[in-house]
Amino acid sequence: MELLKEAEALRKVPMFAKLDSSKLKLLAFTSQLLSFDDGEVLFEEGDAADCTYVIMQSEVEILAQTDQGVVAYGTLGENKLLGELAVLCNAPRSATVRAKGALQVLRITDEMFLKLVTENPEVALEVMRQLSDKLTVTHRQVEALESELHRNERA
Amino acid sequence: MEPGIFKFVLRYSKRAQILLLLATVVSLPFLYVSLDLPRIIINEAIGGRGFPKTVFGYEFEQIPYLLLLCVAFLALVFINGGFKYFLNVYRGVVGERMLRRLRYQLVERIMRFPLRHFRKHSQGELISMVTAETEPIGGFVGSAFALPAFQGGTLLTILVFMFVQEPILGIAAVALYPVQAYLIPKLQRRVNALNKRRVIQVRDISDRINEVVTGIPEVHAHDTSQLELSDFSERMGKIYDVRLDIYILKFLIKFLNNFIDKLTPFFFYSIGGYLVIKGSLSFGALVAVLAAYKDISAPWKELLKYYQTTEDVRIKYNLIAESFEPSGMLAERLQTEEPEKLPSLSGALIATNLDLREEEDGAGAYAGGASFRLDLPGRVAVLGTTGSGTERLATLLGAVDRPASGSITIGELRLNDLPESVTGRRIAYVGQEPRLRFGSLRDNLLYGLKHRPLRPAVYDGLAQKQRERALAEAAVCGNSTYDINADWIDYAAAGISGPQELTDKIVEVLTTVDLDQDVFEFGLRGTLDPAQEPEFARRILEARRQLRDRLKDPHIAPLVEPFDRNKWNENMTIAENLLFGTPCDESFNLEHLSENSYVRDVLRQTGLLQEFIIAGRQIAEIMVDLFSDVEPGSEVFERFSFIRADDLPAFQSMLARTEGLEAELLTEDDRNMLLSLPFKVIPARHRLGLADESFIERVLAARHALAKGLKAGAVEFFDAEKYNPTVSIQDNILFGRLAYGKARSEAQVGSLIHEVVQKLGLRRAIMEVGLEYPVGIAAARLSAAQRQKLAIARGVLKRPDLLVIDQATAALDRATQDKIMKNLFSEFEGRGLVWVLHRAELGSEFDYTVVLEGGKVAEQGRFAELDRPGSILKELVAAG
Repeated sequence: MELLKEAEALRKVPMFAKLDSSKLKLLAFTSQLLSFDDGEVLFEEGDAADCTYVIMQSEVEILAQTDQGVVAYGTLGENKLLGELAVLCNAPRSATVRAKGALQVLRITDEMFLKLVTENPEVALEVMRQLSDKLTVTHRQVEALESELHRNERA
Repeated sequence: MEPGIFKFVLRYSKRAQILLLLATVVSLPFLYVSLDLPRIIINEAIGGRGFPKTVFGYEFEQIPYLLLLCVAFLALVFINGGFKYFLNVYRGVVGERMLRRLRYQLVERIMRFPLRHFRKHSQGELISMVTAETEPIGGFVGSAFALPAFQGGTLLTILVFMFVQEPILGIAAVALYPVQAYLIPKLQRRVNALNKRRVIQVRDISDRINEVVTGIPEVHAHDTSQLELSDFSERMGKIYDVRLDIYILKFLIKFLNNFIDKLTPFFFYSIGGYLVIKGSLSFGALVAVLAAYKDISAPWKELLKYYQTTEDVRIKYNLIAESFEPSGMLAERLQTEEPEKLPSLSGALIATNLDLREEEDGAGAYAGGASFRLDLPGRVAVLGTTGSGTERLATLLGAVDRPASGSITIGELRLNDLPESVTGRRIAYVGQEPRLRFGSLRDNLLYGLKHRPLRPAVYDGLAQKQRERALAEAAVCGNSTYDINADWIDYAAAGISGPQELTDKIVEVLTTVDLDQDVFEFGLRGTLDPAQEPEFARRILEARRQLRDRLKDPHIAPLVEPFDRNKWNENMTIAENLLFGTPCDESFNLEHLSENSYVRDVLRQTGLLQEFIIAGRQIAEIMVDLFSDVEPGSEVFERFSFIRADDLPAFQSMLARTEGLEAELLTEDDRNMLLSLPFKVIPARHRLGLADESFIERVLAARHALAKGLKAGAVEFFDAEKYNPTVSIQDNILFGRLAYGKARSEAQVGSLIHEVVQKLGLRRAIMEVGLEYPVGIAAARLSAAQRQKLAIARGVLKRPDLLVIDQATAALDRATQDKIMKNLFSEFEGRGLVWVLHRAELGSEFDYTVVLEGGKVAEQGRFAELDRPGSILKELVAAG
């Protein structure tokens, strides 16, 4: 059964790993299975965030607008959650994302996702963990940049 | 309006009232005879002597004489009844006619109220006056003269009869009338004052209801429901008090009347009895007098009731008349006059001392007014902040309202006294919040072309007779005799020769105001009847074929899953897959298809029934598994579950009870519960994996079997070669379903359909369907932008000499504003265009600019000249 397969795929997403299977199935059932062709854009930077995606097949590129034009600065592959931060913070999309290869995603609406986070402590905890991870990474990057700046000033 | 109710009645129904009176007078002798006859029967026929008696030359013995008199009595009963019947019906006719006339007069007057009057008086108040308050007046009119005449006559007849029989008894009967005549008007005056108060309080309530209804979002927005309710409670309490006082007084009057009524027989029994015993009065006479007295109390009561009703109606009428004579009303001729030749409005527009204040009563501080000169044709911008008088100026130039002081002339013509048949046809005014009517887009567009009936409607046979009768009746009531069913459209005013050119003209105007695309979209969503327009339907089918060809492109092919009789469709519900068409008959409603006995028979014959029940059980299990933890009120239930939250426990216990049981062993109820579930599944969307190869094959077999045995006309099947009138034009072209899960399929397929339609030249025909789109009450089914565009289009369609626009594009985005302005500039080349701008900088596009401040012209001239440091115009531009 397709629904079961999707639920299993959802379990591989770290944030959903500890959910019991009926919740995962409900999540899959209330989500929309979408397919995108290679190069099709899922959303653009600055768009309102009304959903998160779980990548089921193939991968996406994350794009940034720079002085040298559009560059891809990262990719996300199967079983990865995409766009959850914008939904959590109720902020516009921070980057443009497009399909690389024949992409299949599960589209989870913002309501369902927020419901999941508020009703399941294990998911909420995982969200916090990931956010603090990201914060730590950013913090380290800032420190590294600062020390580089100091070095440059002294030099 | 006539100053009093009796003046009104006499002016418009004198002849009818005279007829009623005559009939009443004629009926009275019969009444008198019918009163006298019982006495003759008793005294002369039963108790009499000296037979045979001679009547009209014939001799009668006692028994035949008695029978003769009794037959005469019976005949009189019929005659009196006949008179009563005629009088009642005719009274009704007169009353209803006068009511119709009064209401018509009131509505006609509303149309001539000055605009500012509506700022102080709400529609709720007006509605209550025209409908509820007039009602008792209608009932009264029919009996205004006839009732006092009839009842008074009856009373008099009976009294005369009594006096003839025995003068003393006659005096006894009327002895207490002076007491009543003194007391009752005294009490009635107090009732009148209360009635007046009640009418005004009811008006206030109508007013408040109207306010709450129109402001209902504010009630929700500010949590003021309790405040409003308490206000209503207070007002209704006051009405209650007044009504109670009225009741108490009314019943006091009634009590007095009843008491006096019963007092009189006291005199009859005592005095009359004494006289009979003494032998100076015959027994028969006393009986007759007593019978007559019983008859006397009825007309007397009627007269008193009449007196009370008259007072009530008199007050209501006066209150209505007062409210329908506001100062500054438009003269009647301005709405009825029809010019022999419609003059065109061009030349200099000269305004002198216009009072541009919103309220007139702003004592003293305002001297003079706005004066300016505009050269027409030409483009004039009017600028000013809110409250500077721009809105009032627009209504005056648009001739929507007439100047209370000052004047406007265009060329030779003075706008103040031009009839609306000139201003309403040669000038178009588009305000900030255009009022649109319930009906189709087309109705709203053509509204500005319907001034008088131009081509009579054609009636045949019976309809013609009915029309003539309606016309005669309308004339009798002083109502309009224009036929609403006639063709009112002034094609010449739109610059076309007849109905056949109308759509092209409309499309042209819609393009000018940038509404053409919207109307086209409405058309795609609309339906058409192939029986009426076979050629159109044929071309839609051609579009279907072309779209099908385009969809052969492998890149876009997956976006649509076309209908195919012999193929399973992943994107339809299983119910649709089974029926493969749209139901024309409620019994085939897709929601309840599982309950249709014919469908069940087919399922049973094709061996699918068991499979459906098994599938139903699977679905039920999944739903129970998925949704038992979801709280019942959640919208997740509403949107996703196949089983309603209330029904879930029943399914849960049923599944537990029947676990492991073969499908055949389930009870009928259980089977029914389960059977409905699979019908709702859309395989591509729900991804439940229920439909395997063999299931699909059997459903297809069932689809064919179902179609074969079905009575014609129950279902409109999806037939590649046939137009389906039950679904939209767009769905007919698509002839399939958009595939689930294909991102942006809707936009892509949509533009593909547009391309095909465009190529086949179907756009105009589809727009024609779109013109029938119902806009809803106050055009609520249109967006604010669409409403503004529609209002402008309506103004443009009648090709006025002067178009006055008061910020009517404010709801549109800037690009569209600029586009429409540009289009209107070229459309009105050589004609007049006055535009109150909400973006001052656009003034530079106009020939001339007038800047208002505080109800006066502060600056005027060319935009470039006025655009200098320190000018008000500069400030307005800077403010944006």
